[in-house]
Amino acid sequence: MAQVTFEEISASDFFYRNRDIAGFTNPTRAIFAAVRELVENSLDAAESLKIPPEIYVRLSFEGEASKETQIYKLRVEDNGIGVPPRHIPSAFGQVLFGSKYKLKQQRGTFGLGGKMAILYGQITTHQPATIISSTGMSKIYMYKLLIDIQRNRPIILDRKVFLNKEGWRGTIVEFSLEGDYLRAMPKILEYFKQTAMVNPYANLTFVDPKGRLYKFIRATTVMPDPPKETLPHPYGVDVELLQRLIQITPYKNMLEFLKNHFHRVGEITATKFLEFSGISPSKNPKRLSHEEIVRLMHMLKKFKEFLPPDASCLSPLGEELLKTGVLKELKPEFVAVHQRKPATYAGHPFIVEVAIAYGGEIPQRGGFLIYRFANRIPLLYDEASDVSVKVINAMNWRRYKVSPDMPIAIVVHICSTKVPYKTVGKEFIADRPEVRREIANGLREVARQIQRFLTRREHVDRERKRLGVFSKYLPKIAHFSAKLAGKEKPPDIEKLLRSVKRFGAEGV
Amino acid sequence: MEPKEYRSSIMERRKEVLASLGNLGAKIYEQIDRGFFPSIEMPSRSTENIYYDPKFRQYILGDKRVKRSARNIRHLKPFAQLVWTALFSYELTSQRKTSTLRDVYYSAQAYEMTFKDQQESNNIITDLETVLGFSREDFNIFPEERSAVFGDLTISYTVPGYEGKTLNLTSHPDGVMIGPALTSADFVETSADKVIAIEKGGLFTRFIEENVHKKFNAILVLTAGQAPRATRHFIGRLNRELRLPVYVFTDGDPWGMHIAMVIISGSANAAHLRDLTTPDAKWSGVWATDIVNYKLPTDPLDEIDMKRLYELQKDPRYKEDPLWQREIKTFMKIKRKAEQEAFSRYGLTYIVDEYLPAKLEETK
Repeated sequence: MAQVTFEEISASDFFYRNRDIAGFTNPTRAIFAAVRELVENSLDAAESLKIPPEIYVRLSFEGEASKETQIYKLRVEDNGIGVPPRHIPSAFGQVLFGSKYKLKQQRGTFGLGGKMAILYGQITTHQPATIISSTGMSKIYMYKLLIDIQRNRPIILDRKVFLNKEGWRGTIVEFSLEGDYLRAMPKILEYFKQTAMVNPYANLTFVDPKGRLYKFIRATTVMPDPPKETLPHPYGVDVELLQRLIQITPYKNMLEFLKNHFHRVGEITATKFLEFSGISPSKNPKRLSHEEIVRLMHMLKKFKEFLPPDASCLSPLGEELLKTGVLKELKPEFVAVHQRKPATYAGHPFIVEVAIAYGGEIPQRGGFLIYRFANRIPLLYDEASDVSVKVINAMNWRRYKVSPDMPIAIVVHICSTKVPYKTVGKEFIADRPEVRREIANGLREVARQIQRFLTRREHVDRERKRLGVFSKYLPKIAHFSAKLAGKEKPPDIEKLLRSVKRFGAEGV
Repeated sequence: MEPKEYRSSIMERRKEVLASLGNLGAKIYEQIDRGFFPSIEMPSRSTENIYYDPKFRQYILGDKRVKRSARNIRHLKPFAQLVWTALFSYELTSQRKTSTLRDVYYSAQAYEMTFKDQQESNNIITDLETVLGFSREDFNIFPEERSAVFGDLTISYTVPGYEGKTLNLTSHPDGVMIGPALTSADFVETSADKVIAIEKGGLFTRFIEENVHKKFNAILVLTAGQAPRATRHFIGRLNRELRLPVYVFTDGDPWGMHIAMVIISGSANAAHLRDLTTPDAKWSGVWATDIVNYKLPTDPLDEIDMKRLYELQKDPRYKEDPLWQREIKTFMKIKRKAEQEAFSRYGLTYIVDEYLPAKLEETK
């Protein structure tokens, strides 16, 4: 009989073995994912202080790794909040350690991406990562780290402390990794462009391995309000969460328990719910049996009178900023933006923001240009599977005088405490009916706006053409007839020209 | 448009044309000057407004009129083109220069008056004809087509540089081209007592060689297929001014028959014009009955020929004289056609010696 061995694997070991799910599938995707994860961490780090992000990314060529891949050194600098020195080793050398387990909208979900990138670099090049960070206090700390993959622990190879004379604040991450930049280049550049679009208050600088400089300069310093942390909404809880809450709660009865641990549940709602579910308000939550907890979870989902979650935990871009971003990066002739009211799916609040842009520098290419974003992250892969694309394709655009052969770009941004991604790679958004409905309604609104614009433009165009015909031919008729009649001067046609100008055509 | 009395003097007609063009300009000028959008009215040339008039023995336009207004955006460009064409015609006529239809098309570009194509400029010229009741030849605009005349007729030129010069139309054995100079020439004298119009160049040359003009005292006109307007106008003048009877010889097929008919009764396309027809002209052959009587070598009528016959059978112009219906029926019966040259089977001079005198007598 064969001996079965059970071994516990560490979190970093797990991701090492399953790096596909985090987006590090191949050398092309890996280099793209590494850039992206670090840039997103940097954006979050600056935004949490509400300071306009200043991010510098450099990829430099280190040497050939194989026929198809090369070794690159990736360096990302930001002006973000900085990492307190005692957290640096864990924050960058221990998977699933981080600040992102609370309920508020952030780019990263598990605090996983940045470390995955470093882990991937270490696996492929066996080089340590260098982290330099300061919170703006008197010291700057530098660490050289390796991750002990089996034990999920950072190994500190070197540590230096510098005096922070200039009061610098921010984080620098530098490590080597294997990748295929040439293949990844279009996506990386597209990533920067789209990131600049939904973060119009950020300065992004990218120097690629050939030394080419790409700069995306902010168009505003206005930033959206940072999201607030919230309690879980009753519709979104599961048994696991209930048990955890029961373990930590200081409250001795159900009424207080519900009031204090759930989002938008007050005295009245809690009382009504307890009546509805037949649970005594004075029951001690810690005395609930497992069956009762399961039943509680079901009742929470069934009860219709909970107020929907409010969106204070969300940080949508807002119509003004979205417009600024689209104008800045796409330079269209016209843009319409719309932000939907907050909605929920499975107890998770979300907000959909959409924009539609027409003409200008938007290319005409026989189909809409679609830009998808989730929590201000551009989604660049698997477009066809995305719910937005499904909604866009299902819409009757002709109703709005819009056709795919027009130069049109559509932007869909979903922000949520829990974006319904289909994969850990965060590439596309699952088709949830609530989400689908919000996107559709948002698109209808901007479609109506572009319809008004197109109708007006068509009208102005027609009017301009009409007046063009009059002002081309009337003078000729006047001139020819005067010559024919033997007059010296053509008759005055100003009166006639004035009379053909229709009301509302002043701007023509 | 009112039918105009014919005036023999070419110069007088030119004055009339110039006055008419000038009036058009003055009318438009005045409308604009008074703050109105200028407009022009003219008889409609649409098919439902074209009628056959047994009195004039030609197609005429009915009472329906159309208005071209510069207020209407769709009329604006053609309106401007019309006024330009009037001005261009005025300059041509007053400077006594001529122009071809093709020239008109290109000249417009110098005035930034573009015509989409030749057809568009031709249409505008037809509009001007309709508005003023003069034909384009009166405006010194001629088509490219050319035909010829030969015979004892002395003409006197009115074109610049040749005013008063005379020419006898027997002076050149190939015939004299019926161009602008000849069209605008006055007739001085003739010894001829008839006009023979011939469809084909070969036979025209044969007739000259065989001295048909002398033997039959005739002026010979080559129509070169369907007679151009200038030629029809010229034949009409020979008929009216010199009171010469006109005999038309064509191929023995529906197309030849129709060449004769257009000389006699005009075309629907020229329903807005007078003076192009010669109602008393006779079609002398080759008839379908000639094919039978003279046992001419023939070709079968094809499908298109037969279709044409059915069309002509219903045409009001062909209902005037029983001859037409009889010949159409004969064509349909024998289903054969013959060319003028078919007489050569009896020798080269047979047509002149035998056929021609017989037919002239028959259609007198």
